Amino acid sequence: MNIVVCVKYVPDATGDRRFNDADHTVDRVGVDGLLSELDEYAVEEALKIVEASDGSEGEVTVLTVGPEQAADAIRKSLQMGAHKGVHVLDDAIHGSDAAATSLLLAEAIKKVGAESAWDLVICGMASTDGSMSVVPAMLAERLGVAQVTFGSEISVTGDMVSIRRDGDTATETVEASTPLVLSVTDQSNEPRYPSFKGIMAAKKKPVETWSLADLGVPAEQVGLAAAWTKVDASAARPPREAGTIVTDEGDGAARLVEFLAGQKFI
Amino acid sequence: MTEVLVLVDHVDGAVKKTTSELLTIARRLGEPSAVFFGTGVEQAKETLAQFGAAKVYVVEDAALGEFLVAPKAEAMAQLVEKTQPAAVLIPSYAEGKEIAGRLSVKLESGLITDAVDVKAGDNGPQTTQSVFAGSFTVTAQVTKGTPIITVKPNSATPEPTDGAAEVEPFAVTISDAAKTARIVDSKPREKTGRPELTEAAIVVSGGRGTGGNFEPVEAFADSLDAAVGASRAAVDSGWYPHSYQVGQTGKTVSPQLYIAAGISGAIQHRAGMQTSKTIVAINKDEEAPIFELVDFGVVGDLHTVLPAATEEVTKRKG
Ligand SMILES: Cc1cc2nc3c(=O)[nH]c(=O)nc-3n(C[C@H](O)[C@H](O)[C@H](O)COP(=O)(O)OP(=O)(O)OC[C@H]3O[C@@H](n4cnc5c(N)ncnc54)[C@H](O)[C@@H]3O)c2cc1C
Ligand SMILES: Nc1ncnc2c1ncn2[C@@H]1O[C@H](COP(=O)(O)O)[C@@H](O)[C@H]1O
Repeated sequence: MNIVVCVKYVPDATGDRRFNDADHTVDRVGVDGLLSELDEYAVEEALKIVEASDGSEGEVTVLTVGPEQAADAIRKSLQMGAHKGVHVLDDAIHGSDAAATSLLLAEAIKKVGAESAWDLVICGMASTDGSMSVVPAMLAERLGVAQVTFGSEISVTGDMVSIRRDGDTATETVEASTPLVLSVTDQSNEPRYPSFKGIMAAKKKPVETWSLADLGVPAEQVGLAAAWTKVDASAARPPREAGTIVTDEGDGAARLVEFLAGQKFI
Repeated sequence: MTEVLVLVDHVDGAVKKTTSELLTIARRLGEPSAVFFGTGVEQAKETLAQFGAAKVYVVEDAALGEFLVAPKAEAMAQLVEKTQPAAVLIPSYAEGKEIAGRLSVKLESGLITDAVDVKAGDNGPQTTQSVFAGSFTVTAQVTKGTPIITVKPNSATPEPTDGAAEVEPFAVTISDAAKTARIVDSKPREKTGRPELTEAAIVVSGGRGTGGNFEPVEAFADSLDAAVGASRAAVDSGWYPHSYQVGQTGKTVSPQLYIAAGISGAIQHRAGMQTSKTIVAINKDEEAPIFELVDFGVVGDLHTVLPAATEEVTKRKG
């Protein structure tokens, strides 16, 4: 199986995250960033699928759309074991919304497919910065293939992919045949850490950088100016007022209930 | 007045509270029309009328239940073409967001996900979203096409009014291309008798500090008629089902009162509860980051504090 994994470079959630003052876009350049943790599950799933298919003819290509620093996300994926990388990089992309991002990913996936056909596109369940969980569905729509998303357990038999999808009201089993877009949750597997060997090997793996021109996407269709939505303002949430903290000396429960009653919860 | 389409979230006609919230919000933007997929509209009609739906479009095509997402997005697109609405409001659950995503591409219309507030503006709906684990607030609007907005639970207080809820069957044509991801099995979630996590006014969550014993958490929740939640550490340890996980990769809750017991307050957990109105924590460690968020905190052992508090609440309630 040939697999394309979409990985996003995101600001580190445990560090400082902020917006650019000028245009209210997410600051991806001035802060610490990394491969979105939820996309590690997508890379792991791809590696597992390729490893499980005998003969291991399959190849895992990791694809990112993002600024120069996004090469880090590709590097980490290659260190985990992916075979090659594609970085869609162009100044005009800054400020793209989900619609434009999915367009760029779809065009890049088509270009990958023109060289050697792919069977699966695998995404994370959500990016840890935007958390929209819409790009995989948009990609399936644009590519005209089946959408098998939020897989918490994945099995591949021949060209059939089956997932367990834990919905709000039911747990479903969903099946489709390749080619398709799959997204996986953080319940799906345990992402591997890059080994020393993996880190060394990654240095020799091919990474291609494609511009808008390479994809044949006009600059007018992407970036902030072309976005179908506009952020008018962004502001840090005011810190919560410091609360009352008591140490339990046998009266903790009583004081807690007193507080709840005072707030009319009881 | 222009129509505003509201996708009804229901199980066999039992309408979820988010739908009444969305209908309430839709009334700020135009005249709400409910979009009802599947069967059970007779049961749903009363609630839809009560919260102001003028019309109820019913789509009963079997493909909607047999295949994942794509047929629903096609049906929605056909309805938008027919009604030319001022906006489409969809509840922010996983499938809702996916329908919205596909619809956005089909209609070449802007999509805003996870709004916590929507108001009428000069150029269409103005949304508010809470981002970066609740640490930032942004306001946004759609600049192209028909605004498609997914709205989080608890984003409005449902306000009753009178709607005609005139039922109008709507026939759709679902393409073969949309019939590709087949739902071959579906097991309904087991009922606990407790309120729905995302809808509950009070949520009591347990973390690693429970040591695997959720009984004190559940008992306290029951004394307050609350829902039970869990941290990912508790879920990963197999102590509580994943469907109760609160946080970035679980549910987002925004109740009147959130009580975290034995939970440290990692950023990914905060992402799912930071917008709760009142926050309470019980934690052994006075340095636990969760205490930065609380209105009231008890530094102590949940295994003694919760049972005593449960007893006290039960006594007070008589
Ligand atoms: C991509 C990603 C997504 C994630 N998504 C989520 C998510 O959706 N939800 C989520 O919750 N986490 C999520 N996490 C994990 C998160 O980072 C934390 O690891 C997790 O929230 C920790 O759970 P905890 O607070 O229960 O455990 P711990 O951090 O181990 O904290 C346990 C707390 O219990 C206290 N304690 C121990 N014993 C007692 C006692 N007897 N009485 C009172 N207090 C006691 C301790 O002092 C400690 O503060 C995610 C992580 C990543 C990387
Ligand atoms: N800029 C990007 N580059 C590559 N993949 C992306 C990008 N944005 C989103 N994705 C993929 O889409 C998934 C869902 O993203 P989102 O819809 O933004 O939550 C992510 O987990 C990635 O797999």
